[in-house]
Amino acid sequence: AENEPPWGTPCTQLLVSVATPGCDGFPSLDSKESYELSVSEGSLLLSADTVWGALRGLETFSQLVGRDENGTYYINQTEIVDFPRFPHRGLLLDTSRHYLPLRAILETLDVMAYNKFNVFHWHIVDDPSFPYESLTFPELSKQGAFNAMSHVYSARDVQEVLEHARLRGIRVIAEFDTPGHTRSWGPGAPGLLTPCYLGKSPSGTYGPINPILNSTYEFVSSLFKEVSTVFPDFFLHLGGDEVDFTCWKSNPKIGAFMKEMGFGEDYRKLESFYIQRLLDIVSSIGKGSIVWQEVFDNGVKVRPDTIIHVWKESSPPYMEEMANVTKAGYPALLSAPWYLNRISYGQDWIAAYQVEPLKFKGVPEQKDRVIGGEACMWGEYVDVTNLTPRLW
Amino acid sequence: SRRAMGRAVGLVGLLLGLFLVPAVLVSTSLRHGVLRTEPEPELAEWEAVSNTVPENSLWPLPQRLRTSRRQLQLAPGRFQLVHGTDSLAGPACGLLQDAFRRYYDYMFGQSDRRKRGRRPVGAQEEPELLQLQVVVESLDPGCQGYPHLGSSEAYHLTVTEPVAILKADEVWGALRGLETFSQLVYEDDYGSFLVNESEIDDFPRFAHRGILLDTSRHYLPLKSILTNLDAMAFNKFNVLHWHIVDDQSFPYQSIYFPDLSDKGAYSYNHIYTPTDVQLVIEYARSRGIRVIPEFDTPGHTQSWGKGQKDLLTPCYKGQQPTGSFGPVNPILNTTYDFMTKFFKEISSVFPDAYIHLGGDEVNFSCWKSNPEVKEFMKKQGFGIDYAKLESYYIQKILDIVSSYNKGYMVWQEVFDNKAQLKPDTVVEVWIGNNYAYELSRVTGAGFTAILAAPWYLDYISYGQDWKKYYSVEPLNFPGSEEQKKLLIGGEACLWGEFVDATNLTPRLWPRASAVGERLWSSRSVTNLEDAYERLSNHRCRML
Repeated sequence: AENEPPWGTPCTQLLVSVATPGCDGFPSLDSKESYELSVSEGSLLLSADTVWGALRGLETFSQLVGRDENGTYYINQTEIVDFPRFPHRGLLLDTSRHYLPLRAILETLDVMAYNKFNVFHWHIVDDPSFPYESLTFPELSKQGAFNAMSHVYSARDVQEVLEHARLRGIRVIAEFDTPGHTRSWGPGAPGLLTPCYLGKSPSGTYGPINPILNSTYEFVSSLFKEVSTVFPDFFLHLGGDEVDFTCWKSNPKIGAFMKEMGFGEDYRKLESFYIQRLLDIVSSIGKGSIVWQEVFDNGVKVRPDTIIHVWKESSPPYMEEMANVTKAGYPALLSAPWYLNRISYGQDWIAAYQVEPLKFKGVPEQKDRVIGGEACMWGEYVDVTNLTPRLW
Repeated sequence: SRRAMGRAVGLVGLLLGLFLVPAVLVSTSLRHGVLRTEPEPELAEWEAVSNTVPENSLWPLPQRLRTSRRQLQLAPGRFQLVHGTDSLAGPACGLLQDAFRRYYDYMFGQSDRRKRGRRPVGAQEEPELLQLQVVVESLDPGCQGYPHLGSSEAYHLTVTEPVAILKADEVWGALRGLETFSQLVYEDDYGSFLVNESEIDDFPRFAHRGILLDTSRHYLPLKSILTNLDAMAFNKFNVLHWHIVDDQSFPYQSIYFPDLSDKGAYSYNHIYTPTDVQLVIEYARSRGIRVIPEFDTPGHTQSWGKGQKDLLTPCYKGQQPTGSFGPVNPILNTTYDFMTKFFKEISSVFPDAYIHLGGDEVNFSCWKSNPEVKEFMKKQGFGIDYAKLESYYIQKILDIVSSYNKGYMVWQEVFDNKAQLKPDTVVEVWIGNNYAYELSRVTGAGFTAILAAPWYLDYISYGQDWKKYYSVEPLNFPGSEEQKKLLIGGEACLWGEFVDATNLTPRLWPRASAVGERLWSSRSVTNLEDAYERLSNHRCRML
């Protein structure tokens, strides 16, 4: 026909069809994110099992739409069947080394959605600062934040992050890393951290959380009860990495406890003693746990569904660690080759891209236990002035 | 007593305090300016400089500095930056007028108290600083002119109540002094603006302190460039080395040859019009920054060939042209006709006395493949030494540019390949291997040199890499005193392969600040802990 537009029939609607309801819920590790997209003349159809799949499909659809020199929007005839290879595809942000204003976090969630990431691992507190405003222990941020008025996340801020993430099908997994990485907890929780000793008297400095006091476990229990109600995801990240034993070794009361417990000189046993109790507390609250690999490496008895987060590049080489973790029957998360804070010149995205998470010796059941991985953006050299171009 | 000693020492050889500084001769003009009729300001008891006094955020560190614990208050509603009555630059000096307003804004910013407020009733606790008077002393202060390699950037700052005095030979020194003064002003816990009584005598160690921006690998919007000029001024950089075109794109809109950018730019939106260029030059001038454009030839010219037919050498495979092109074709008269006209334009568009002509990384394979080039080599008796052909070309360009009364800067290969350079050529040493020896060779041959090799900031790496840039000592090369004098400065380079407006500023700053201090401050200023302290404060201020 003479007046036929060069593009064929104009498309007016993308029909989105979702099989299972769930609009008001939160995504989980088991959520189905598969979708099918069918673009043909006069018919645009996106169908998915769940709303989460629909979100993924919408993102893909938006990437298919092109624009020609005249400004006309068009889309090619297409058939897509899509689903994620790994169910846990995460990004870690560190808001303790440098505070990140809310807008930086929300912007990151937007870009995560463009890239079909579905887990925001919020490493919210650490040694340098404690920006999380706790209802139960308000002194923690009052004393531990860089600035208690401006460099904190209020309950409202946290809700905003949770909802912004949920609307993009992104789970928020909070990490309250203990017993190490807790220096900023000290000022707001006197008696929580281990006092270090110089000879017979306290030196005035503090080390990791004190594992020998009952008050410690009461505190931790209350805090995690709060955290588990604030953060709806089934999983909490409990940390457990890089515990420096020097302070514990210097403290005579700890020394006495070690003897009493028959731990000898093996402080990993003391670390495990703490972690064990913490894991029990968390599971009694009804949450699952993710821990950094040291917890596994140090032989802590963890429940079989505890997720082990592999982050060390060597000692042992991370693929070996992945094999060990999955062989022992635990689900594994890979981050070791994806520490994006370690910048270098040139197209380093290639090295990250070429990582094959299942490239280790193991039987298919082991490989199935690799649930995914996380890109990590630690904050030592990162704040809002350089986060976005460094990460993306 | 200390007071008497302070007076005797005066402004010629200042107290050292904790910042040990070598005694360096003060320029005679400055000494001249000092012995004037104005009464010497009453100096308070000078105490040893301590860490509590906030010169913990001066960057770059001045040559001579002493501060006292005595604090003066500034009221935004009353404090003024003014021309001193003796100044040879007055209200007609637009450059300084603009600088006064700019620095007032930097110091007091969004402060509500810029309106005239009420003076507190009763005795004031601290004395008030009402004015900074700026006195420019040279008969030719430079207000309407452009900064150049020989410009004076020295200044002398005395901060004492009720009026602080900033003296400089030329406006360029006044600009440097204003920056320093703004760094001395700080807010206390209660939001009061304070400045400690101080005396500063300052001048740059090196006269050429540059930043290279590459707008060919990625186009940089004007805003990026201007923001960068602001940051440069915060760090007392005084040269923008604008690597404006290269293989990838030709964004410079030429008046004589519009096709160059029409065909060679990434798009019509990725162009610098003559107005854009003038804007950059003027914005830079207001900050005492020279703009030295680089039109790199004969290599790095792929984008030139799109808009200028027959400029580039056609490459051959056997007897057939392959369809691809190499460096500028050095054997055609049309090449030199083009360059004559092109550099005529460049010489008039860019007011600086120098143009950078490039001359780096010329790949000879295309020339070698071309039968006419080979024929020419034979005729000229160059044998198979293509460096001679390269020099032949460069020579002619240098002569063209000289005829327009411009000096030129070249990359080191031009010197290495033995082209005949005019004595005032500036050779830029950029190759990382053994750059100290290259500096020896260049200065040994009597040429002026600038150092870029250890300061390629595009080579990012994890952690505090500013330290390695800071730790470079430019004069660490074998050579006589005369040779060392020929090293006139250096440049921090941010090549654009992986840089555009989305990441330029955080990538360049504050890493380039380390280079800024190395080039301005005294050789003995090397303490990394102290630098870290000052640099982290400086960075927050720059934000």
